[in-house]
Amino acid sequence: MQFFIDNFDILRDAFLQTLLLTVLSGVLALVLGVVLATMRVSPIPPLRGLATFYVETFRNTPLTVVFFFVIFGLPQIDTVVSFFTGAVIAVGMYTAAFVAEAVRSGINSVSPGQAEAARALGLGFGQSLREVVLPQAFRTVVPPLGSVFIAMAKNTSIAAGFSVSELSSTLPRLVNANAGDLLVVLLAVVIGYMIITVPMAYAVNRLERRVAILR
Amino acid sequence: MTSAATGEPLVELSGVNKWFGDLHVLQDVDLTIARGEVVVVIGPSGSGKSTLCRTINRLESIDQGRITIDGTPLPEEGKALAALRSDVGMVFQSFNLFAHKTILENVTLGPVKVRGKGKAEAEKRARELLDRVGVGHQADKVPAQLSGGQQQRVAIARALAMDPKVMLFDEPTSALDPEMINEVLEVMTSLARDGMTMVVVTHEMGFARRAANRVVFMDAGRIVESSDPETFFTAPTSDRAKDFLSKILNH
Repeated sequence: MQFFIDNFDILRDAFLQTLLLTVLSGVLALVLGVVLATMRVSPIPPLRGLATFYVETFRNTPLTVVFFFVIFGLPQIDTVVSFFTGAVIAVGMYTAAFVAEAVRSGINSVSPGQAEAARALGLGFGQSLREVVLPQAFRTVVPPLGSVFIAMAKNTSIAAGFSVSELSSTLPRLVNANAGDLLVVLLAVVIGYMIITVPMAYAVNRLERRVAILR
Repeated sequence: MTSAATGEPLVELSGVNKWFGDLHVLQDVDLTIARGEVVVVIGPSGSGKSTLCRTINRLESIDQGRITIDGTPLPEEGKALAALRSDVGMVFQSFNLFAHKTILENVTLGPVKVRGKGKAEAEKRARELLDRVGVGHQADKVPAQLSGGQQQRVAIARALAMDPKVMLFDEPTSALDPEMINEVLEVMTSLARDGMTMVVVTHEMGFARRAANRVVFMDAGRIVESSDPETFFTAPTSDRAKDFLSKILNH
């Protein structure tokens, strides 16, 4: 208990960094992922190709490599970002590929007749997607998307290797200073992640049940 | 039934060809549909009749030929195509009501999003149309709560809400239980009587006799015969049509 009291400030600041990293990367991943999924089902071949290239590139590259690319690669083309911003970009862009795949599978699960009926009424591609296809795709996408975002929350820990003072980065320092309380230190960090991921899992569950009633 | 048609062409297909890979599904199809005319397209399965129906609002593209609606050639894609589709009502075999929206929302979506109508005005008109097809009291339910026949009548109301110039029916009763077929056919018959221009792909010969101005018989991607229902059913000229009729009318 004494450990928590002594190190509360460090843990709190690190937790808030992880939380902020998760929220910002999550927003980036969601927006970019939905845009990519839309591109992949669009009738315009270059857009489809571009989105497919993006998804395959990021899905098949280790996140650590993406971090290296953003933080050390971007300055090569005269774009310097802070470590924190770099971490948001790396995690967000990486996760967007997984979000895009989840959303695309949801879109494919909606019967083609739904989009046909929308087009037959005179709705454009964007309107059909927004009004008819995506709201239905969303129902099947909630569980896999939840898993993607929970994985993402944990993936933010890679930022520790790139000078971002988030939760995992406190481990070496706290372990060194409190060698006798090794398990307590680890427990503290795990609890920090669970404060983020457990409510996420709960929210996904709730959402899943709510949209299921609409069927 | 005597023709309500004015003789002025509304839908014109000329020299239409379409292939699915090696399969020549539409072969040199020429068809002119007059304003107010009710054309029933019949033929064996795989004859291309559904494909023909779906080319008229370009849910199927064509490889050769020309289709015009009210004098305007079908645009290839984009806003112009969407605008044209908004004037062509379509009723599908499997209803395709929007599963996540209420019956009322199904009918108001097009008028609000495509025509830019106000919500109140669109709802008022939607309720009138739902009453007309006999499902007014179901307005607040979702499609899954309705029977097939009710869903198909809603689908007709949804198409009518756009005030279409022509209505396409792609086997509208083929997915229905037998006891629900008549309620849908009755709505279609009353539409025909009111002078709606209609293209109906169907196996319902009774409807063809009762409501059609013209029967078009298709086989293997071609229009084999095109005549008024009386002539078609009593004195078909082609062997293929005679054969087809003998098979379906004998039992």
